Amino acid sequence: MIKSLDPRVTREQIELDNQIAPLQELDQWETYEVFHQKKRGDQHMHVGIVHAPNPEMALLFGKEQYGRRGITANIWVVKTANVFASEYEDQDIFETVPEKQYREAGGYKVMEKINKYKKEQKS
Amino acid sequence: MYGNAYIDPNEKPKSIIDGEDPIKLAEFEARIARGEKIEPKDWMPREYRKQLIRMIEQHAHSEIIGALPEGTWITRAPGFKRKLALMAKVQDEVGHAQLLYSAAETLGKSREAMINDLITGKSKYSNVFNYPAFTWADACVIAWLIDAGAIINQVANAKGSYGPYCRALDRICTEESFHLKYGHDNVVTLATGTPTQRKMVQEALNRWWPPIMHFFGPSDKISNHTEILMRWKVKMATNDDMRQQFLNMYVPKIWDLGLTVPDANLKKNEETGKWEYTEPDWDEFKRVINGDGPCNAERLAVRRNAEERGRWVREALNTAQSKYVVPLA
Repeated sequence: MIKSLDPRVTREQIELDNQIAPLQELDQWETYEVFHQKKRGDQHMHVGIVHAPNPEMALLFGKEQYGRRGITANIWVVKTANVFASEYEDQDIFETVPEKQYREAGGYKVMEKINKYKKEQKS
Repeated sequence: MYGNAYIDPNEKPKSIIDGEDPIKLAEFEARIARGEKIEPKDWMPREYRKQLIRMIEQHAHSEIIGALPEGTWITRAPGFKRKLALMAKVQDEVGHAQLLYSAAETLGKSREAMINDLITGKSKYSNVFNYPAFTWADACVIAWLIDAGAIINQVANAKGSYGPYCRALDRICTEESFHLKYGHDNVVTLATGTPTQRKMVQEALNRWWPPIMHFFGPSDKISNHTEILMRWKVKMATNDDMRQQFLNMYVPKIWDLGLTVPDANLKKNEETGKWEYTEPDWDEFKRVINGDGPCNAERLAVRRNAEERGRWVREALNTAQSKYVVPLA
């Protein structure tokens, strides 16, 4: 029996050689992805995962794990298995034409044209 | 709270990249050299995966086991505010373990396998937690100086190459800044208190100094192995560099309080800018990390006990099929 400096441990009456059966697969359940919203109006941000037996417990663990410090307005949990994601090795699917000024506000210099037009009108 | 991964010095470092696809390896190394992160499904060398699993897993175990010597003092922390703070700190450490286990899981080792390796003694954890926290002052010295050491290591590793580990460490480092300030406040309170309090904190410092010097591990052998791990940004600084950084930041703060460090040879060489100290007893380090320390057996027995006596709760949650139905009559 352990005589510990920690009275809580001594009270538990633990044998030093308390071998136990190994944990089986899924003993710690599957994982949920956690999305955290700091305050109303913010986007929910992915912050990590929790292991949980069901969505309700995932929400509870998510609250403890990602909401115990700082402020939280809202949390979402999504089963990891239900996330459909792109692959990094397919990153070329995001490649487009290298020059994309045509879809940027800065790609349209109207003032130059207006000023040129005004100058021509005066002369 | 974690120093540095313990790599068995007897392990053969040969053939670390043997059989790896040279084109993929070159792409992998180029990505790291550009400062990009590696993500779980990316191609990675076997040794990169293996070393990261070992390191992150040891780090996670250290957080869990580290909560035990500190938890010892929750019920007897002086005053309500310090009880609250210590409970919050211990809860944070356990939360850090959750984050780290998650990061290690992305490399393909299940949480169950990691817990099994911890409770059977196969996996290591930070050696300092095999020592007891005899008094409240020991808990204060741990919270200040062990956390300080851990932050040095974690800040360095947060700049590493593996995305999930870096993200976990960023969060951990933010949380640990409170631990460090809390620990410092506790030590300052004792050091500026009554003669009895000063004596208490000095004795705790004397007890914890050898484990603190062990904390970052023995000098790295300058080997091909270390060099590759540093190029892959698995290892971010040598053990000696981190120890020097720690001494440089904290010895002046300890002296500032009029406390002494139990090493007559400890001084900063003004020419080299390096700290000189008595070489720690590495035989003791090896003996303790391999199981023969004052608390190894207790720590693992307590961990197994938690696993075993918590099992019914997990099982009950697994089979929570029944639903409350309003009585019919």
